[in-house]
Amino acid sequence: MPEITRAEVAHLADLARIELSDAELDHLAPQLAVILDSVAAISDVAAEDVPPTSHALPLTNVFRADVVVPGLTAEQALAGAPEVEGQRFSVPRILGEEA
Amino acid sequence: MSDLIRRTAAELADALAAGETSSVELTQAHLDRIAEVDGAVHAFLHVDAEGALAQARAADDRRASGATASALDGVPIAVKDVLTTQGLPTTCGSRILEGWVPPYDATVVARLRAAGLPILGKTNMDEFAMGSSTEHSAYGPTHNPWDLDRIPGGSGGGSAAAVAAFEAPLAIGTDTGGSIRQPGAVTGTVGVKPTYGGVSRYGLVALANSLDQAGPVTRTVLDAALLHELIGGHDPRDSTSIDQPVPALVEAARQGAGGDMSGVRIGVVKELTGEGYQSGVQARFDEAVQLLVEAGAEVVEVSCPSFVHALAAYYLILPAEASSNLAKFDAMRYGLRVLPEGIDDPSAEEVMRATRHAGFGDEVKRRIILGTYALSSGYYDAYYGQAQKVRTLISRDFAAAFEQADVLVSPTAPTTAFKLGEKLDDPLAMYLNDLATIPANLAGVPGISVPSGLAAEDGLPTGLQILAPAMADDRVYRVGAAAEALLTDRWGGPLLGQAPDLTGVTA
Repeated sequence: MPEITRAEVAHLADLARIELSDAELDHLAPQLAVILDSVAAISDVAAEDVPPTSHALPLTNVFRADVVVPGLTAEQALAGAPEVEGQRFSVPRILGEEA
Repeated sequence: MSDLIRRTAAELADALAAGETSSVELTQAHLDRIAEVDGAVHAFLHVDAEGALAQARAADDRRASGATASALDGVPIAVKDVLTTQGLPTTCGSRILEGWVPPYDATVVARLRAAGLPILGKTNMDEFAMGSSTEHSAYGPTHNPWDLDRIPGGSGGGSAAAVAAFEAPLAIGTDTGGSIRQPGAVTGTVGVKPTYGGVSRYGLVALANSLDQAGPVTRTVLDAALLHELIGGHDPRDSTSIDQPVPALVEAARQGAGGDMSGVRIGVVKELTGEGYQSGVQARFDEAVQLLVEAGAEVVEVSCPSFVHALAAYYLILPAEASSNLAKFDAMRYGLRVLPEGIDDPSAEEVMRATRHAGFGDEVKRRIILGTYALSSGYYDAYYGQAQKVRTLISRDFAAAFEQADVLVSPTAPTTAFKLGEKLDDPLAMYLNDLATIPANLAGVPGISVPSGLAAEDGLPTGLQILAPAMADDRVYRVGAAAEALLTDRWGGPLLGQAPDLTGVTA
């Protein structure tokens, strides 16, 4: 069971696109270590021949009729947006300045 | 206090049918009760008095013209704030959705509206349904009506408290690891987690979509069955919805209420009793099982050895799915947008980081990061992959147990309601509260929690959990109604009759 360090938590937060303050990192890292320690036992519970279950229902290829039905109007879809320009979502720049 | 708020939904439906009251009158009675006690209970995040009364007027008009939309037409209801409601705020207890008003209804909500149930408002919850105490709501905790210093359970503490405090006769909750059943147990209410896929998840803001299930929160088993029949059934908009008819639940509840349990085999799950369970919880459970035996049930002890790993599997699978589901809160299309300080012309990624920092609470951050870890390369097989295998073992345990017994029983939660704040800084202690409810979510089987009396040591409610095989929801209603009838008989009335009145409480 690998220890989870403060630096690893910072890296994970980066991957998850969440900024964490120093105080949060100090607080979270030991808590995550405790949680991971308690769930670690699971890594040798099931034998290799046990198939994984990702979902309680044995469903495959659920289809419905390909019928056109009205969706949200542009106005409805944009109603909760933090910023709108015309009939579009207005978002911060996606690419870096060098692009 | 109006006498109307003390009646069950079935009694209110009868009173409406007999013309003894109107939907407007009883909706107003519940709005008055909310105005009186919710400052202290805080079961609601949004109350929609105007909308509820308009729906009530429509129900009364319908009835006056000789038509009814359903068995519960005109009976008001509260809805957990994780289900989208057109024109009514939906926040999931999070700052990141503060003020968001969805442009569409969840299927469950659409079915409630079509069935004529006025929607009183949206109930408080742990942020994105992550928690066992409703203390992780960004808008402040809900208080347990039995003792305002204690938690009402979670994540659906708002729905359970609203029903227990007589602010609503009915409510909708969602249960990912026990969030309907555990609040039911600690507030003395009835909570049902239907078979996974038995009630549509369309418009339910996903926490962990392979586990989430919406269901009824009520004061009686019959009320739950009436509500379940209205919201259940296939929904083509949810690809995981089961395309089969809902079993006859109301009939099963009425049959069970007769109290005859002969021919029913009750399996006591060895791994879900004894050690770790508060003595008063265990005593009330044993007593409930004894009553079922006296009513003719046969009791067998069953062993589900993989259940001891359910908690660990759950706390890997849930964060993994949650980290993925909550990626949609990216500050672009809806919800909060926070611009990072000290950066000119920030990028979308920088805005997303700053927004998620400000918009998510501690528990949500904790689980997203845990899930990111469980899914990361190098750890995936050891954690997430293994957890999914444990899920298979748990399903096999259930299958074997259901060969020996028609239903399985256990206490719903290991303890009664703990004090607010007591476990807030100890996530592991908090997670342990779900140990008896989680196996059902991993395997997708239905379960109910029925009030089983007050623990001797603290005078707080305990719950009896009854589990059945997938799609056999009628069995949990039959046995649940029998247990309810036998216990109510012993107590001389409903358990909630012993709860504090709350009249005149101040926030």
